[in-house]
Amino acid sequence: MTLAFLTAWAGAVPGYMTPLLLASIGLILCERAGVLNLGIEGIMAGAAMAGAVAALAGLQPARALAAGTGAGLLVSVPFIIAVVVFRAPMIPAGLALVAIGLGASGALGRAAAHKNFAGLGNVGFPEALTGLPLVGRMLFAQDAVVYLALIVAGRASFVLFRTRAGLQLRAVGEDPATADASGVDVQLHQLAACIVGCALIGLAGAYLSVVGSRTWTEGMVAGRGWIALALVVFAQWSPLRAIAGAAVFASADALIPRLQTLGVDVPVYLLSMLPYVLTIGVLVLFAALGWHRQGEPGHLGRAYIRQDR
Amino acid sequence: MSRAAPVAETRPVPRALESAVAREEGIALHLRGLCKSFGTARVLEDVDFSVRAGEIHALLGENGAGKSTLMNILGGIYAADSGGVEIAGRAVSINAPAQALSLGIGMVHQHFRLAGPFTARENVALAAGALPELRGRGRLEARLSEAMARTGLEVPLDRPVERLSVADRQRIEILKALSLGARILILDEPTAVLTDEEAGRLLALMRKLAEDGHAIVFITHKLREVIAAGDRVSVLRRGRMVLEGRPVAGIDAETLARAMMGEEAVARTDPGPAAPRREPGEVLLSAEALSVAADAGQGGVHAVSLSLSAGEIAGIAGVGGNGQQELAEALVGLRPMSAGRLVLKGRELSSAPVGARRDLGLRYIPSDRARFALALNAPLSHNIAAGEVRTGALGRALLSPGRLRALAARLIAAFDIAGATAGGARPVRLLSGGNAQKAVLARELDDAARLIIAHSPTRGLDVAACRHVHDRLLEAAGRGAAVLIISEDIEEIMALSDTIHVMSRGRLTSPQGPRPDRAAIGRLMLGHA
Ligand SMILES: Nc1ncnc2c1ncn2[C@@H]1O[C@H](COP(=O)(O)OP(=O)(O)OP(=O)(O)O)[C@@H](O)[C@H]1O
Ligand SMILES: [Mg+2]
Repeated sequence: MTLAFLTAWAGAVPGYMTPLLLASIGLILCERAGVLNLGIEGIMAGAAMAGAVAALAGLQPARALAAGTGAGLLVSVPFIIAVVVFRAPMIPAGLALVAIGLGASGALGRAAAHKNFAGLGNVGFPEALTGLPLVGRMLFAQDAVVYLALIVAGRASFVLFRTRAGLQLRAVGEDPATADASGVDVQLHQLAACIVGCALIGLAGAYLSVVGSRTWTEGMVAGRGWIALALVVFAQWSPLRAIAGAAVFASADALIPRLQTLGVDVPVYLLSMLPYVLTIGVLVLFAALGWHRQGEPGHLGRAYIRQDR
Repeated sequence: MSRAAPVAETRPVPRALESAVAREEGIALHLRGLCKSFGTARVLEDVDFSVRAGEIHALLGENGAGKSTLMNILGGIYAADSGGVEIAGRAVSINAPAQALSLGIGMVHQHFRLAGPFTARENVALAAGALPELRGRGRLEARLSEAMARTGLEVPLDRPVERLSVADRQRIEILKALSLGARILILDEPTAVLTDEEAGRLLALMRKLAEDGHAIVFITHKLREVIAAGDRVSVLRRGRMVLEGRPVAGIDAETLARAMMGEEAVARTDPGPAAPRREPGEVLLSAEALSVAADAGQGGVHAVSLSLSAGEIAGIAGVGGNGQQELAEALVGLRPMSAGRLVLKGRELSSAPVGARRDLGLRYIPSDRARFALALNAPLSHNIAAGEVRTGALGRALLSPGRLRALAARLIAAFDIAGATAGGARPVRLLSGGNAQKAVLARELDDAARLIIAHSPTRGLDVAACRHVHDRLLEAAGRGAAVLIISEDIEEIMALSDTIHVMSRGRLTSPQGPRPDRAAIGRLMLGHA
């Protein structure tokens, strides 16, 4: 493998990594508050479609991203209300959200399918930096959202582990009865976590179309939401570790088109399985090592009702 | 009460009754006419209750009498259906735990309210969020160290709470309440999880806090603790306050028991003639040099040898956490042995699975029934049938709902499980502690039970339920089963066992002589002998 190949590969990784990272941070926020959000794939699908439609309508890329984020939040509203306010069972509610997001984006986006638009350009670093061998493109030839996602990871980690609000949020996911007896408003914290979390997931979905492919096709999220769910386990519910996890998965993702251009003769279907095989492999490995439970919120996925016992 | 203890041993300091009454600086807490129902079940009926600053007010009542419910109403966790609360003479309404905290009500719950992975500091900070005056950095820290200085309690502040002992967790709960400025301190069965010595220290601390002017509500099932440490006592029976705020001086255990259970019940639970005990028969269980490897946080078991014969009751006394849990689990097959031999009814079973051991008549009553003995959300009938279902008596591939219900109905009657519906359809989590334990017994003490391992079988149970459990175990031994009782309660061990062993740091020792006394056992428990 040549240096040029490695430089190009490394340069492509952040673009694949950013949506995975944003989505995992969003999930981590929900799950740290105890809310299991299996609807992530649907949220991303809705956001990707809305972002593309906004961009095609002539909005600036930043605004198109905002529109997609808002749309992601909007499709999540029924889920959030059902799960947080009415304490509906989270697994069926999440799966229903997948169906809603995929269905609605397919139906509403038909007119926007397969049309190209401009998308978001890179941050203008000087040639001297972007031209560095190996790391130049990876570090300096990227769009603003890539850097934003890293900042978000740092902020999320700070809030979760260094502030009282974060302590309260984690307590809600860990042991809601204790949080409640300590005077922490369980629902309020879950609501806040879900709103911020689903917005981040929406941003991840919008990034796929507005920055990534610069066009929209049905089914373009292609399981990245499910991968993010596994990534959260891999990251042990920590936003900073999610950076490393997302980087690993993105490297596999970014390798696929490059292997094809190198003329490696592997059926394309097998190649595109790579990220999913990696996902299962990582989960099995973690379970075998006994790590899969580390950091897992103790009350994840179960509703809390004060008077119940 | 049959197991009355020498009172002087647990009595911490001279009672401060006179001074408390003389101070009479007023009623810290007054509840009037509280009512509470869960669905159709009336749990509290027109309850009045008042506590003075500077006193220890003991609250007694059978399992399911409504003690925790009453206190949870005060803590803002449950909402009363009607009735009023006054704090220091001012009518208040408590709709949420945060309000209770800001009114100076501190709770040490029966099941601690501490988030396991968090440190003590973090747990305290969590609750401090409810109080604006504690939000600044450092203020909480100051309060916490002040509370530690005042009480003399020392706990590791920076280790995850789940790695600490139960006694330490309880200390954290107390420090938490005091740091948050609690003036009214409610302790829900705090001594149930402590050894005698720890309990003595807790009672002394409670006295000290009362002398500092705190109002203390002390819930317990142990009458001797009420008499040793309480200033006044109230008794709840089936949701009604049958005795309210009587001075403890001049009341005896008999009167209290009568108030708790009602006249007829006392007569029923009077110790009758001792069950005819058979001479020990063939050896059913023999463990030779059984060891269990230590793992994170647990010390393991070192070369324990033990033999049990049909009709014999053996007791293992000891301070909790000295390997009892590991030993019990190894005997049952839930934990691998690292060395030694285990023979059950003449068959080598050192590495046999749980099912094979059960088929030979091994039965287990674990100390944590909620986690290891009951599926809390499943109906009582299913919980009871979980053993019998293996025999095929309830149907083979298809279970017969009729037989399931019939079995449940029979056992509910036989074991006197209160709070269950006829067919046992209600989930087990709705039963009170004593009745949940009866459900475990109903399953484990079936006719095929040959060897019964009972770990802390009466923890948290009221006098009548304790008695019931003991009778059932004696009965089983009378039928020829071998019974191994592991308990921190020396009284319980001494009252029931034919042979007594003591476990300390993973090793088993047996006191000399046929009837060892309390002191000898106590010395062995602490490992000096
Ligand atoms: N959340 C609830 N839902 C339904 N029933 C409940 C609930 N909480 C308590 N109960 C019922 O109310 C009654 C009183 O329960 P409570 O826990 O107050 O008893 P207790 O006096 O504290 O008993 P124990 O000594 O066993 O702790 C019991 O019959 C119990 O089954
Ligand atoms: Mg209780």
